[in-house]
Amino acid sequence: MATAAETKGWTRDQMAARAAKELRDGYYVNLGIGIPTLVANNIPGGMTVTLQSENGMLGIGPFPYEDQVDPDLINAGKQTISELPSSSYFDSAASFAMIRGGHIDLTVLGAMEVSEKGDIANWMIPGKMIKGMGGAMDLVAGVKKIIVVMEHNAKSGDPKFIPECTLPLTGKNVVDMIITDLAVFHRPDHDSPFKLIELAPGVTAEEVREKTTANYVE
Amino acid sequence: MQKIYSSAEEALQGLLFDGMTIAAGGFGLCGIPERLIDAIQASGVKDLTIASNNAGIDNEGLGKLLRTRQVKKMISSYVGENKEFERQFLAGELEVEFTPQGTLAERLRAGGAGIPGFYTKTGVGTQVAEGKEVKSFDGEDYILERGIRADLSVVKGWKADESGNLVFRKTARNFNQPAATSGKICVAEVEEIVPVGSLDPDGIHLPSIYVKRLILGAPYDKKIEFKTVRQREAA
Repeated sequence: MATAAETKGWTRDQMAARAAKELRDGYYVNLGIGIPTLVANNIPGGMTVTLQSENGMLGIGPFPYEDQVDPDLINAGKQTISELPSSSYFDSAASFAMIRGGHIDLTVLGAMEVSEKGDIANWMIPGKMIKGMGGAMDLVAGVKKIIVVMEHNAKSGDPKFIPECTLPLTGKNVVDMIITDLAVFHRPDHDSPFKLIELAPGVTAEEVREKTTANYVE
Repeated sequence: MQKIYSSAEEALQGLLFDGMTIAAGGFGLCGIPERLIDAIQASGVKDLTIASNNAGIDNEGLGKLLRTRQVKKMISSYVGENKEFERQFLAGELEVEFTPQGTLAERLRAGGAGIPGFYTKTGVGTQVAEGKEVKSFDGEDYILERGIRADLSVVKGWKADESGNLVFRKTARNFNQPAATSGKICVAEVEEIVPVGSLDPDGIHLPSIYVKRLILGAPYDKKIEFKTVRQREAA
């Protein structure tokens, strides 16, 4: 339900829809927990995209109907899911062989911080919060294209796209694209700087500049 | 050779000792060897090092062994969804070797396959790389990770035949397969034990050579961490 105040910038769903524009027919894709999971609802019609779940499944189906809930069938976020006619199951070592071996085309992840050099931090805040890296370090090391979807600023207002990450890294020089509620940044390779390529509705390049400390090309 | 034991306690007889390393299967609460974990808890064995992706939730799965302080060190990738795990770690009461999920799976697989170490790109330039050898292959950096050879593996399967051939079900396979191979001895619990010849040899996920002891763990009351459903469209 969009109100006047919300018409500026992208909602969580709209950020996921923007990320979905990066999908291509035939892609094998791994989606992280949170906003990235919403990308699954935005796969363009007529396109075949196979979702991988790192706990050992290719071909994630939609959430099950109440009477089809199966405790042996969950995604990496531990949510109950369903299978498709094309699904397959495998063990965790085989799953990460796919990931580490460069067989996954695209991953969409959340982040606490991304640096202008493409470093990403999303697994711990020393002394305060620790969840662990789960499969994120393997994903950023092995997947062909890494997209980060995150709020442009933290709840405190602090920028999250910054010159250098302050938190322990998940990966160094790995991010290809950043989609925030305000804008999209992209770089063609890992030696190039990020470039501002798109603004969310009602957002100006000047506002993005004010709310970002990372250096990027306009 | 008889591999089937009448209880988890009996199946673990003579295998447990203080300070040992145990590899456990499961992802979250999916496919966890819950009968064997209960028996490990009841044995009172302590100072355990446990290699497992997660540690259950507060009072389920390996979370039970954390609560009774039988665990000295966890080798895990993820502690979310388990407040006691996070609390013990932040308070310095529990040692945790944070290991990326794929690296953990490969460390278990490698350990079981007689491979003492391997190079991986995962974790390069992060805390995970600290103290580890870095080697460049074809212009890219990799870090050396060690295989894990556990004293004991505990895993959960779906069906086994009487010889110990195992089949897993859906995403409950997860870490059970690599964990099973990592142990000097593996004890498995399953939902059903069928006569030899009932399982398709082409469909065996874990060959019997890995399963030294077996128990029927049923009936199971499988827990779900996050039940998510969709509604049927009105007809």
